[in-house]
Amino acid sequence: MAEGGAAVTAATDVHGRGASDGRRLFEEWYAALTSAPERGEKAAYVFVMGSLVELLRCFDLHVVFPEINSLQTAVRKVADEYLNLAEDHGFSPDVCGYVKADYAVQVRSGEHPMGRIPPPDVAVLTNACSTYIKWAEIWERMYEAPIFTFDTPGSRVPVPLRRAGEPVETPDWASRLGGGFLDADSFEADRRYVEHQLRELIEVCERVTGIPFDIDRCREVLRLTNEMGRHWRRVLELNRQSPAPFDAMLEGTIYLGVANALRGTEEGALYFENLVEEMEARIADGLGPRGESDEHYRLVFVGVPCYPIFRRFYELFAEWGGTFVSSTYTWFASGGLNRDFEYDLEDPLGSLAEGLLLGVREATDSLMFPDRALIQSIDEYDVDGVVYHPVKSCRTVSTGLAASRRVILEERDVLALYIESDMMDKRVVSEAQLKNRIDAFFEGLRSREIRIAGSASASD
Amino acid sequence: MTDPSNTTSGRDPVTVPRLLELAPGAGLDETLEHCRDLVEAPDPPTVRRWRDAGGKVLGHFQVYFPEELAHAAGMLPVKVRGAPVERREADSHFGSYICSILRSSLELALTGRLEVDLFVTHPICDAARNLAGIWARNLPQPARLLYFPQNASSGFAARYLEGEYARLLAEMEDIVGRRVTDDDLRASIRVFNRNRKLLRDLYEVKRETPWLLSVDEAYCLLAVGGLIGREEHNALLERALPAIRERAARPQDKMRVVFEGGFCEQPPLDLLRSIAEFCYVVDDDLLIGLRWLVEDVATDGEPLHALADAYLNSSSYSPVQHDARKPKEKMLLERIRDSRAEAAIVSAAKMCEPGLDEQVAYGQALEEEGIPYFLTEFEEKMTSFSQLQIQLETFVENVLFASEDWEEELLVLQVRERH
Repeated sequence: MAEGGAAVTAATDVHGRGASDGRRLFEEWYAALTSAPERGEKAAYVFVMGSLVELLRCFDLHVVFPEINSLQTAVRKVADEYLNLAEDHGFSPDVCGYVKADYAVQVRSGEHPMGRIPPPDVAVLTNACSTYIKWAEIWERMYEAPIFTFDTPGSRVPVPLRRAGEPVETPDWASRLGGGFLDADSFEADRRYVEHQLRELIEVCERVTGIPFDIDRCREVLRLTNEMGRHWRRVLELNRQSPAPFDAMLEGTIYLGVANALRGTEEGALYFENLVEEMEARIADGLGPRGESDEHYRLVFVGVPCYPIFRRFYELFAEWGGTFVSSTYTWFASGGLNRDFEYDLEDPLGSLAEGLLLGVREATDSLMFPDRALIQSIDEYDVDGVVYHPVKSCRTVSTGLAASRRVILEERDVLALYIESDMMDKRVVSEAQLKNRIDAFFEGLRSREIRIAGSASASD
Repeated sequence: MTDPSNTTSGRDPVTVPRLLELAPGAGLDETLEHCRDLVEAPDPPTVRRWRDAGGKVLGHFQVYFPEELAHAAGMLPVKVRGAPVERREADSHFGSYICSILRSSLELALTGRLEVDLFVTHPICDAARNLAGIWARNLPQPARLLYFPQNASSGFAARYLEGEYARLLAEMEDIVGRRVTDDDLRASIRVFNRNRKLLRDLYEVKRETPWLLSVDEAYCLLAVGGLIGREEHNALLERALPAIRERAARPQDKMRVVFEGGFCEQPPLDLLRSIAEFCYVVDDDLLIGLRWLVEDVATDGEPLHALADAYLNSSSYSPVQHDARKPKEKMLLERIRDSRAEAAIVSAAKMCEPGLDEQVAYGQALEEEGIPYFLTEFEEKMTSFSQLQIQLETFVENVLFASEDWEEELLVLQVRERH
């Protein structure tokens, strides 16, 4: 790893390599964060939507993802300790659980189940999520470190252009939202603003680290992200196969962690190259996420997973032969890697600005205006049902989902499940209620299957 | 319904419909009652009258919008701020954990009680920015997102915002079918500068002689500005202010407080009345967007640049605008000091993430400064205030009459209803 970890090693049996290598790389990443202060190394706090890791690597900054730290407390079943501490300090039960868990990590001097999180020497955030801004204001009050709030103006039109060069089908209601995204002049104005801020951020990083910006180093980091992105998109694309080789909600989330933490590194690029190999091998062997494929229903997941019961949440679907072949999480939390965009190495800064703007827009469009992209996924991935999982903690992800469901059900012959819980707070997670709703959803899918089969045989 | 003398100076004489149904000689009590009725009406008759006269309406969601742009285009800028209505249509478009103002604002539009020709929302929070998509899917009129800079310190922020204003202005021009000149904009800025001056005067009355004007009365005089033309609002305030100053009320033994937490969803008027029973609210952030620009905007240069610069450099504060130069807790302390308040009511709308987050920082800062504060939550639809009144009365008595030994313990009274 760029931060002191070992290289990914090739295994003779590729099956399961993505999970085991991912776990090891993650542990090494946290170990490097833990020991960074002893070595006098500095850390930058960033967020998954618009992390700017590529730029920060040019200044030898470790990158800390507080969102990942927070979700890890839930996956490791200790989130309540952190949430309770934050609520004891005055935070409301109704605000983002990630923010509260991170606040408690800071109050506990970085104590975390994966290691010790160093304090920030600098923090960089975008306006992709308004809560990022409130979150960073907490650090502003706690630390002297500079906090750089990056404006990345979002789309003014809700048509997510998932892949460059594709024709854009603009529904009437979408055109009523105005032309910021489709208007080249507006886009260029936004891009210029972002590039100006990049140059301002470079000055901040130079001041914090004492390291001058090296454009050639930046170019190399961008090249590695390009490579990682190509493999990441190939991994997502391979899940169009039936049976799908991996579960986009469960395994996809693990892969996402590596994609964020190891952007712009040799190890990250190699990891995803190996992952492509593993997925191709699974397809060749007819394997799915559970080994011998039992895939019966192909699903899309919309939202953030239920981390307090992450494995069990997956099982509630898997027990019925449900596989998440696609997940909006792998769109909006991949830092733009899912876009068919590569940095132009001849113009690193200009291209980084464009990539940041497009990546953040892709993320926010995936959250606010997911309909077109969802419909495209339903068609491309041959989907039977869409599972919406709005969470109490995250209004960025959750606010528009009920409205999106109405559109999807009007446009495609799929079933949709809408279940609310949380990504952090187990007080809001009722496994029994979730199971009832999920079981009813699959019974509906099965009834529809029987009905369609009956209609087909009658017409024969 | 038009008053030829009520024209916007500096451009072709455009008659501005009179939207208030107040007789020219109406007294202060009648004026206040009329404003209260308008502010509490979920179906604002002023907007309907404007449309009936052939006017176009720009609805903008909280918190701030440069209404001068709409005014210069000849549109009526209307503040979309929800309403305490029963929701029959809107709730199915949202999940469970969303604040009330988003739902009720959509409800007003879906049920035809608020009709606009252009709707603008802002990413003030993660819920509000989703409103554009939901609005556009379900209503025929165009909806737009306006991204205000959150990197206020960037050397490019003003230029970016100026571009945003120009983009929106072009959309308004298409709607009204005419071009807006710089002189039109300057004339509108002058009208709004006058309005800003009058609102500063209104708040000076609250600060210096709070016994002459209760918080709910002042609120109605302020809020009605979001429902009528600014010239008419100016005329209203010009008549009301001298009458308020001549009131015969005498000072009472009430505590001077700052009310914080009304920047987006609005507390019910009855809640403000409940506060007024025990406190003089000497300053607040209620509908702060109407008072966002704290000084006159320059009229001698590029008007869009002047408005953008004022947004960044001559503005108030709220939990939804980030500006490292204006830490919000320091701004609150300044507001308390400037208004010589003895305590603060730190409130937040239920499910309002920015407001609830800010309560923590406000509380810590107030404790460090030894300023007593009352922490509470509200919802626009709440109807029972008796418990709040008891708690507030207890808080006030404790602060006013507690011995110094008790002060530490009685510094804070938290009234957060846990779900």
